[in-house]
Amino acid sequence: MLSAVFIYNQKGEVLISRLYRHDVKRSVADVFRVHVISSPAAVVRSPVTTLGSTSFHHIRYDNLWLCAVTKNNASAAMVFEFLYRLLGLGVSYFGRFDEEAVKNNFVLIYELLDEVLDFGYPQNMEVDTLKLYVTTESVRSSRSVAADAAAAPQSITMQATGATTWRRNDIAYKKNEAFVDVIESVNLILSAKGTVLRADVQGQIVMRSFLSGMPECKFGLNDKLVLERDGGGGGGGGASAPAAGGMGRRLGGTGGVGDGESVEIADCQFHQCVRLGRFDTDRTISFIPPDGEFELMRYRTTENVNLPFKVLPVVRELGKTRIEYEVLIKSNFSAKLSATNMAVAIPTPPNATKCRIKVTGAGAGKAKYHPEDNAMVWRIARFQGLQELSLTAVVDLAPTTKPVPWSRPPISLNFQVLMFTASGLLVRFLKVFEKSNYQSVKWVRYMTKAGSYEIRI
Amino acid sequence: MNATIQTNFARLQIMKSKVLAALRKGENYELKTELNSEYKERRKEAVRRVIANMTVGKDVSGLFTDVLKNMHTDDLEIKKLIYLYLINYAKTQPDLVILAINTFVKDAEDTNPLIRALAIRTMGCLHVVEVLDHLCDPLRKCLKDPNPYVRKTAVMCVAKVYDLNPAVADENGFVGAVREALSDANPMVVSNAVSALTEINEMTPGRDVWRLDSSTVPVLLTAINECIEWGQIAILEALASYTPQGEKEAESICERLLPRLQHANGSVVLTTVRLLIQYEKFVRRADLLTQFAKKMVPPLITLLSSEPEIQYVALRNINIILQHHPKLLSKEIRVFFCKYNDPIYVKYEKLDVLVRICSERNTDPLLNELKEYAREVDVDFVRRAIQAIGRLAIRYESAADKAVKVLVELLQLKVNSVVQDVVIVLRDVFRRYPQTFADVVPTLCEHIDYVNEPDAKAALIWILGEYSEHISNIGNLLSVCLEGFLEEEDEDVQLALVSSVVKFFLKSPQQGQALVLKTLKTATEKCANPDVRDRAYIYWRLLSANPNAARAVALAEKPPVEIENANLPPSLLEELISELGNVSSVLQQPAKLFVYKKADKAGVPRDSDLGARYGDGFDGADGGAATSTSDNGAMGGIGAGNEGEPELLISF
Repeated sequence: MLSAVFIYNQKGEVLISRLYRHDVKRSVADVFRVHVISSPAAVVRSPVTTLGSTSFHHIRYDNLWLCAVTKNNASAAMVFEFLYRLLGLGVSYFGRFDEEAVKNNFVLIYELLDEVLDFGYPQNMEVDTLKLYVTTESVRSSRSVAADAAAAPQSITMQATGATTWRRNDIAYKKNEAFVDVIESVNLILSAKGTVLRADVQGQIVMRSFLSGMPECKFGLNDKLVLERDGGGGGGGGASAPAAGGMGRRLGGTGGVGDGESVEIADCQFHQCVRLGRFDTDRTISFIPPDGEFELMRYRTTENVNLPFKVLPVVRELGKTRIEYEVLIKSNFSAKLSATNMAVAIPTPPNATKCRIKVTGAGAGKAKYHPEDNAMVWRIARFQGLQELSLTAVVDLAPTTKPVPWSRPPISLNFQVLMFTASGLLVRFLKVFEKSNYQSVKWVRYMTKAGSYEIRI
Repeated sequence: MNATIQTNFARLQIMKSKVLAALRKGENYELKTELNSEYKERRKEAVRRVIANMTVGKDVSGLFTDVLKNMHTDDLEIKKLIYLYLINYAKTQPDLVILAINTFVKDAEDTNPLIRALAIRTMGCLHVVEVLDHLCDPLRKCLKDPNPYVRKTAVMCVAKVYDLNPAVADENGFVGAVREALSDANPMVVSNAVSALTEINEMTPGRDVWRLDSSTVPVLLTAINECIEWGQIAILEALASYTPQGEKEAESICERLLPRLQHANGSVVLTTVRLLIQYEKFVRRADLLTQFAKKMVPPLITLLSSEPEIQYVALRNINIILQHHPKLLSKEIRVFFCKYNDPIYVKYEKLDVLVRICSERNTDPLLNELKEYAREVDVDFVRRAIQAIGRLAIRYESAADKAVKVLVELLQLKVNSVVQDVVIVLRDVFRRYPQTFADVVPTLCEHIDYVNEPDAKAALIWILGEYSEHISNIGNLLSVCLEGFLEEEDEDVQLALVSSVVKFFLKSPQQGQALVLKTLKTATEKCANPDVRDRAYIYWRLLSANPNAARAVALAEKPPVEIENANLPPSLLEELISELGNVSSVLQQPAKLFVYKKADKAGVPRDSDLGARYGDGFDGADGGAATSTSDNGAMGGIGAGNEGEPELLISF
């Protein structure tokens, strides 16, 4: 179990130091600083550092080092999960979690640390509950009830320890709504010859629920296993979707995403509100949601990934002084859709001096050489579906005394495409049952963005 | 004019010294005044500053009584801060802590359950024997508190009391109360009780205060569904110590554990995998075993898309699991391909896994992949990639051709460090497949100028000797090597040269005669290294006495080389399998090397003494430093050879 938690700034100064057990001294904080933070080794070779009988686990975020110390054979996986959850708390409480936020809120952070670990064992870390009773004047949640009346703490504690720690039972909305965002990151490693070495999709279903009472939700996807079991019945019920403003889409119709086919989900993980036993027996996703935004599930698919972009690079090294690039990008989704905020980073050798770049195609955007990143960055504000854009460049190289071959890092893409899922995943329904039987409106949005989209050259 | 400047300067000096004096008197002095201020806000601010100073390591213990004066307050924030202060300094001022007891005892009876819990939690953390007497009554009440939040805190407090004085915890029936809490209606009370009891068991090994049996296990398995993630981990870890009574029970436990694999928390997943592997040996039904294996794989792979640190832990564990279940991930090789921006520690582990799970069928894509890695920037990673190519070539004959082709391509990149590593690997491959790759040798010789590290030089010279008949200018090459012979500091290079020249001579006596004489003469007469001299003498005698015998010795068929996966010793493997996800599995070293149990502490200084040593010079810890390197089984750092003597490890 954890013996201590430390937060350091970039220089290794201790900003927060909280001990939970008496097997370590406050000064172990210095040990970590000496051996890891100020270590001359440029890269950290392991996030776990064991010195004698003390194990330090650390993660980095912004200009902070978060470090958890244990003296026994604790679960390293748990320690890291804990640290990331702590980080999440910080971000949720302060908006930004950096040195300044820590310094300005150190009292609150100590309160949080007192609450989330007892004797080194993690306790309730749900933001929603914690915000009910760990508050300060500077950060006071609008519906904070801290120290109101004697009755309030009763209900707080019931919730902090109850079976649904993630939800208060007195939530009421005039309009009951739920928003579902399907966000997919598509990962790709494409060889220089154009073969897909690895492609997968990591999906995230984020829900924002504004529902009264204790709603029982049931959630359905075009999960192959479910559809096959149900005999692949008539899809999504076919209730006509009223034209929704913006990019939102009323749930009911199949919408523009997917083509009604099912998706083979390789694996999925759920928020702790989802009843795993239910899912294991009949793949039903049922839960009582937390209020507000939360990540309902994560999933991964590896079969039939619709790659939104094809990239055909040709990179020719002409002698030792010049490199020629030809990069052709084709979008591979419906012409009605478009990708936005697209950035293509095309690596150049460290000794590049000048890049003459030309982009062709309608709305081909701009490309610029960024010597500090050793790359040409090609930005395209809007990339229509079924379109082709290309870039040609000639890069001059400075002569070097000792020719070091260039390691040719991959081209990487960044983009987002709305109303498109690379996996083909589709939300079939979200049903809400509540005692008072209210009507609720549900919306769904889809987005695919680049995870690690690498094309080797 | 000058005079005024001087007086001004003198004035400044005086002011400066005054300021310094005030500073010297100390911030603590100022804080003391502030803590006793009549204004609430100023006192509050002062308490905050005290804690801030404590955080950065300044000594504020002198303010103990002044801080304590502020303890009796309705302001929860101040109260919490003062409690924090107390936790830190109680041990140094045990007699003064008694002054705070009254407030604690009163708080433990507060109407607000949050305050009751806070009081009981903090009292437990003080770790002062003097407090124990005053803690027992409130703790007893809190264990029976109607509010679950207070109960879950009280249950944990029992473990703290036990840590301080087991007898007190026993005599007051606290341990029994925690056992009863296992059947509490509230899941968090249950899981904290499990944590507390597990902890108590560990504190006093051999004296099982709590033991799982076939009646409690189902209760816990039901409770797990209601628990928050951390509670689930506590229960799962407790289950690890349980041995199922027979096959049916093991089966049913495993089936009830399977849903946990879908949990978003990576450590819930890993702990579940650990339990499944552990219980597997009690299950005989083949269909179930395949089902478990099938269900385990996707979540393990999903862990590779979590944060890099969790990926790292997962990969280290996958490495262990694969030694137990070699075929588990054989179809998933591509998910371990490295991304360009993976942290280096993740790349190392992926590389290891890749080589481990590579089967004869997928050597081709993997070799292409390794070629990419060998062109990256990190020298160490490049070296590992090149070694991996060699391992594949040696393991699979069908892959050897392609591997050698890749190695030659890498050689032609003419990157200094790459050339060294490739030459060494090629030597091993050549040894595995004698004479098969003779046509590569001329290309290798073109890069002879790049070879400059001793290991690589020795490898190259060995190749020259073995393949002398395939190299047109062999005499020249070896002569060049001989020129540097005496300046050469590495004996391996010298030894290799002596042997190679002899081999060359035996194969082509006419071309080699002059060279062999010159070499042996130099080696015997001018070389300072006795081993080199001895070898040269032996060859010389052999050659002059009986050339056929020399041929038999120098050109003998060599025993085949084999490079297998670096596996952990079986006993360690078994231990680590039962500790998947834990620090030991990440370090891949037995826990006893870096954890010492309380029982072992008998002769070892406890807290205070240990602390003193921390204080003055933790730098001495260098010796015991061990960042987990990826060399499997390499006992890097942590007192190798110190097994059985854990005391020695506490070098700080």
